[in-house]
Amino acid sequence: MPATYEPIATTTLSTAASTITFSSIPATYTDLRVVFVGQGTFTQSALLRFNNDTGTNYSTTQLQGDGGAVYSQRQTNNNNISMVQIPNNGGTANNTFGMVFFEIFSYAGSTNKTVLGGDAGDTNGSGNINRIVGLWRNTSAINEITITTGGASTYVAGTTATLYGIKAA
Amino acid sequence: MANTYTLIASNTLSSSAASVIFSAIPNTYTDLVLKMSVKTSSTSATGDLYVQINSATSTYSYTRIYGAGGGGYGSDRSAGDFPALYSSNVNGNSSVVTNVFANVEFYIPSYAGNKNKVASQFSAQERNDSLAYIESYAHSTDITAAISSLKIEGNGTNLVSGSSFFLYGIKNS
Repeated sequence: MPATYEPIATTTLSTAASTITFSSIPATYTDLRVVFVGQGTFTQSALLRFNNDTGTNYSTTQLQGDGGAVYSQRQTNNNNISMVQIPNNGGTANNTFGMVFFEIFSYAGSTNKTVLGGDAGDTNGSGNINRIVGLWRNTSAINEITITTGGASTYVAGTTATLYGIKAA
Repeated sequence: MANTYTLIASNTLSSSAASVIFSAIPNTYTDLVLKMSVKTSSTSATGDLYVQINSATSTYSYTRIYGAGGGGYGSDRSAGDFPALYSSNVNGNSSVVTNVFANVEFYIPSYAGNKNKVASQFSAQERNDSLAYIESYAHSTDITAAISSLKIEGNGTNLVSGSSFFLYGIKNS
């Protein structure tokens, strides 16, 4: 049986940093999946950009639960795909790394690129759960993915992100 | 390049059982994925499901979003109320769901590391009735040891015949 789920690259931060980038992504897979396990210096989004495009070509629709209520929000003409969150490194979250995942469909095709993502950010009595759908209005093949805090916050040392490629055949 | 999404173990029940245990889980993977098609012997329409890590009854907590069709949706939270990773609304064995099993998936990242263990869960129980649910959970625990066993069981109920369980390991290199 052919290998259909393969790690392309993984990055583990040895020191705090605000950005993790996967570049030179081969076009030989069908879909991509990013698994991000980490923590921010405060509760922080993991913002997603492709091919270093900082234009307002992204949109996101979010479903969020905070343990008491459900919300849905939308961002249009934004400069990133956002609205997933990881825990901060204070209080009860001190030893808890949150998980964020993104699945990017037909990333090497010629249509606009769609993303399905989410997080698991429970921290024993607090935290959120988010599920998002994202769109990058660009028909280019994705060859670079940037995950960034987008602000002054950083991801702590030990934060790990892995890029997997999934083949349809 | 090697395939790194690997089946570690599976179990399809040929008869009702109190629990299913995956033990001696090797620490050679990066993440674990636990998939199941499951129904409990609860005589109610729905039943609870527990996934206990390393036989530990430590603090398990979750934040959940759920939808029950129509206007039924919400988010809730538990902190230390259950002795395992908790999933509600798995199909019970009442007549309305005689031949329908719930789909449940847990993704457990960095299961062999020394941080508190967390999990992302997605489950669905479509049953062509008003008690169907779709749910997502963010789980966290205070368990820092590497995960070497996972015990799946109901809340005082059995797992019925035909329930199937699959444990996969994913390597990031």
